[in-house]
Amino acid sequence: MSDASISHAPPPRRTAARGALLSTLFEGLCFSAATALLAALSGLLIALFIGGWPAIKKFGFGFITTVTWNPVTEVYGAAGPIVGTLITSGLALLMALPVAAGVAFFLTELCPAPLRRPIGTAVELLAGIPSIVYGMWGLFIFAPLFAKWIQRPLMAAAPPGTIWESLTLGIPNGSGILAASIILAIMILPFMAATLRDLLMTVPPAVRESAYGLGSTTSEVVMKVTLPYVRRGAIGAVMLGLGRALGETMAVTFIIGNSHDFPTSAFASGSTIASTIANEFTEATSDVHLAALIALGLVLFVITFAVLALARLLLGHQGDRA
Amino acid sequence: MSAASSTLMLRRRVTNAVFTGFCVVVTGLALIALAAILWTLVSKGAGGFNLAVFTEATPAPHSRGGLANAIIGSVMMCTMGMTLAVVIGVLAGTWLAEYGQNSRYGSVVRFLNDVLLSAPSILVGLFVYEMLVAPFHTFSAFAGAVALALLAAPVITRTTEDVLALQPSLLRESGVGLGAPLALVIREILWRSARGGILTGALLAFARITGETAPLLFTALNNQFFELNPTKPMANLPVVIFQYALSPYDDWQRLAWVGALLIAITVLTVTIIARFVTREQNRS
Repeated sequence: MSDASISHAPPPRRTAARGALLSTLFEGLCFSAATALLAALSGLLIALFIGGWPAIKKFGFGFITTVTWNPVTEVYGAAGPIVGTLITSGLALLMALPVAAGVAFFLTELCPAPLRRPIGTAVELLAGIPSIVYGMWGLFIFAPLFAKWIQRPLMAAAPPGTIWESLTLGIPNGSGILAASIILAIMILPFMAATLRDLLMTVPPAVRESAYGLGSTTSEVVMKVTLPYVRRGAIGAVMLGLGRALGETMAVTFIIGNSHDFPTSAFASGSTIASTIANEFTEATSDVHLAALIALGLVLFVITFAVLALARLLLGHQGDRA
Repeated sequence: MSAASSTLMLRRRVTNAVFTGFCVVVTGLALIALAAILWTLVSKGAGGFNLAVFTEATPAPHSRGGLANAIIGSVMMCTMGMTLAVVIGVLAGTWLAEYGQNSRYGSVVRFLNDVLLSAPSILVGLFVYEMLVAPFHTFSAFAGAVALALLAAPVITRTTEDVLALQPSLLRESGVGLGAPLALVIREILWRSARGGILTGALLAFARITGETAPLLFTALNNQFFELNPTKPMANLPVVIFQYALSPYDDWQRLAWVGALLIAITVLTVTIIARFVTREQNRS
């Protein structure tokens, strides 16, 4: 070890003046690092704005309401990808939330003690699996099964001329809006379940026990006592899950079908903002195309920022109360 | 017991049975779905494992090859990215916990750090493209590393601040009371006692960036050949997986699964180490 060399080194001369100087330097260094983070986020926003400006200037507000996205005629309207993003994330949340809540309730109230840790750990580990793995599973395994067992039977069963027929219109190859939503739901499920479980664990045992002591059933304890206790935090956790779904690229790009049309049916091909950027950015044909893609990124930033700010507001309050 | 109260009792029992049943069933379904994904990953990925994966560069379609250049590229970019992120993250976290605290500027930085933490990774890629790729007219591994650093730094900042805030103020006071300047107290006492927590944060950040694909698409791009120069486009596992998985060639798709399994194993190992570190920390 280096003990010997230390004892031979000259004794450190820490004078008060030198210490003060080093202290100031160190504080300055820490301050610069914090400022660098601030600069990174402001820079990100500014860069998106400047990069997207040519498209914003050219198309104005119509950028987010126009449905046509055509690199050949140089007309870019983002309504398709924007609606695709909102629909897939919304559907994913609708599907994942009840399941995630069920898993969290199971882990906190019903699970036999020996299984609680292994299942909890498994859920946490799965929350860390890279999204590209979910995307590949969706493309290679899920899509063929989805086409065979869901799409074709439903399309065959839909009575012609009704809304069911138009809702199930599309190519039965396993991709499309609904398939992408399901993969997104599976992807955000472990994250939401783990966060909800952590929240429910913060309920003091005395609160839960007194509810049971009064004769409540498990469902009453959960729905009327522990869940209301962490209500704000739970909404925040849901918002964070939604934020993940909105910005997710890889899990979606593989399976959404990548068409810029306005999605009108559950099985139709569509696109999300992130999948459009991922697919076209390196192959952008013109400056306006590039600007339109960056402006699309700006729209995504605004949407996720709104969701995250809301989540933070709600989670923040939870923190204050606890 | 009156008839009314027994119907009420029955209704409560039925509600509870339905609720409990729902929880058990969805947990089962969720675990089956997630197990199916892991099973696919292992069965499709493990079959393609051989020495060539680690020794040969990415092949042209229908020829022999491996992922060696992508593995080296990923390791290089993650190392560069993590170095940057640890320096910035630890210092910024220290500033927030020890200097900034409840100041106005501190709250702003804390809020923006949280936003950056959950900003879509593809937007970070766009930002770095505009800063480091477009002006130099070339994709580069360095740009990829910066993009990864921007994703890892907020995680490290957050955990560093949290662990430092947990350290008892007695530690600070005794250090300062001995006449040491605050900077020395932070470096020699606080960092030392918060070491485990900071390490956990760094490991979790590392787990987060190893699988990140979207930001590398427009920064490091890809490279079919061995490339060790960080100013050139460099192969990396996530982008190779993305391209190969979407290709029509069987052998490319097989390599994509091998790469996905490699990444998943790395992420799981790192996460488990992080949990282990946390547990050791809590015990001592």
